[in-house]
Amino acid sequence: MSENPIYVARNSAIAARALAGEMMVMNSADSTFFTLNEVATVIFQAADGRTPLREIVRDRVCKQFEVDLAEAEADAEQLVSELSQHGILITSNQPLPSETSR
Amino acid sequence: MTLMSEVGQKAFDLGVPLAVHMDVTYRCNERCVHCYLDHDDHGEMTTAEITDALDQLADAGVFFLTFSGGEVFMRRDFLEIVEYARRLMFNVKIKTNAVMIHEQEARRIRELDVDTIQISVYSHRPEVHDAITKLPHSFERTINAVRFLRDQGLRVTIANVLMTVNSADHSGVQKLAAELGVNYTLDPTITPMMDGDTSVLALRIPGEELPSIFRNPALVDNQEEFCAPPKPPSEKDLEGYSCSAGHSFCYISPYGDVFPCVQFPLPTGNIRQQKFLDIWNFSPQMKEVRSIQAKDLTVCSSCSHVTSCSRCPGLAYMEGSMRGPSTTDCEKSFYRTGVPTANMLRQGLSKPRSLARSGAPLIQIQPVAAPA
Repeated sequence: MSENPIYVARNSAIAARALAGEMMVMNSADSTFFTLNEVATVIFQAADGRTPLREIVRDRVCKQFEVDLAEAEADAEQLVSELSQHGILITSNQPLPSETSR
Repeated sequence: MTLMSEVGQKAFDLGVPLAVHMDVTYRCNERCVHCYLDHDDHGEMTTAEITDALDQLADAGVFFLTFSGGEVFMRRDFLEIVEYARRLMFNVKIKTNAVMIHEQEARRIRELDVDTIQISVYSHRPEVHDAITKLPHSFERTINAVRFLRDQGLRVTIANVLMTVNSADHSGVQKLAAELGVNYTLDPTITPMMDGDTSVLALRIPGEELPSIFRNPALVDNQEEFCAPPKPPSEKDLEGYSCSAGHSFCYISPYGDVFPCVQFPLPTGNIRQQKFLDIWNFSPQMKEVRSIQAKDLTVCSSCSHVTSCSRCPGLAYMEGSMRGPSTTDCEKSFYRTGVPTANMLRQGLSKPRSLARSGAPLIQIQPVAAPA
């Protein structure tokens, strides 16, 4: 994982709701529709703009799923990058305003 | 199966209300000749009651939320309601006649990241559209609004309800939508009025004209498959049911009444008196709707169209039984495929008897009785 902390926040432009533990996400800009698996859902729900991604992985992902920290960090960074490209998450090296309340 | 239909099936199987249609008012600035609503305000939910309902819907798992009416912009708080819904991360669709949407409203709708705006346009000829809405210059105002919304980059769909008085105009409206760069959808469904008055059904386009729509390549993709004779149902088909009403979808009226669908006037509870999830999970009416399998349908279970018919349980309910046939859908199935339906055969009919001409009594939306 990169040395600088990565902060992640949900984009307020999207629609999202959990269905049986998996998050449905739709970006109204292009009507792309995604479902996030359980691990991605945990990261999405914890993306409050204030908690560094490393902490989310350590405190949420690794505690809920039996995964190796280094491996989980690498996977999380890749996931966050992909979701950012689709306009679902916003990333920064500085804390971000929390985009949503839910 | 697309990802969207997989999710829809999952919600259906789990009994999660994935989508809700909420009418925020029945008031309207138009008086469309085919409209089924009573436009008086009999005590609409307040802003606070609606936002409380939205909180409950979000907690219940609702993702797709359609706001409609009446005319939604007759409520001065409508954009406040949309803003609240978007904060709760609903995917929001708005149905409107758009005559009150100007540049400022269009910009606000864009800022709120509304998914789609569906706008009723009845004809490409202003005089025909205005004669249907009974609002002078409504065509001009609606089309201007379409441009404002489109220019904001919003997704706009022109919805063209087809009836006797505009049946020749669908290609003109479709061309207009293409020129405006927006989507087009056509709907030949006319619903009885709320008080049970069926006179409005005289506006339904005659069944004999349906084949020209079903076989129009500009309106229907893959006609060969769409108009093919029905396939025999499997045992699995007969144990399931395809309509989402009451399974993963429901309707909420401006007065807080909850129904399985906007076209299924079976009262199941009122969110002013009960929590939404209590109604959704425990209402005997909702449970009854969910209990119906294709094999339970009194006439349709033996019909060759049973798996491909658009049979609406709400329209069937209005005809007298949610397990019975929906004559308007029998008509569509027959004129789509040329194969008689079981409902026709049992009556010895060679072609469907239109409900508009049958004078059959119909049940319509009635509010849930207040507790004593």
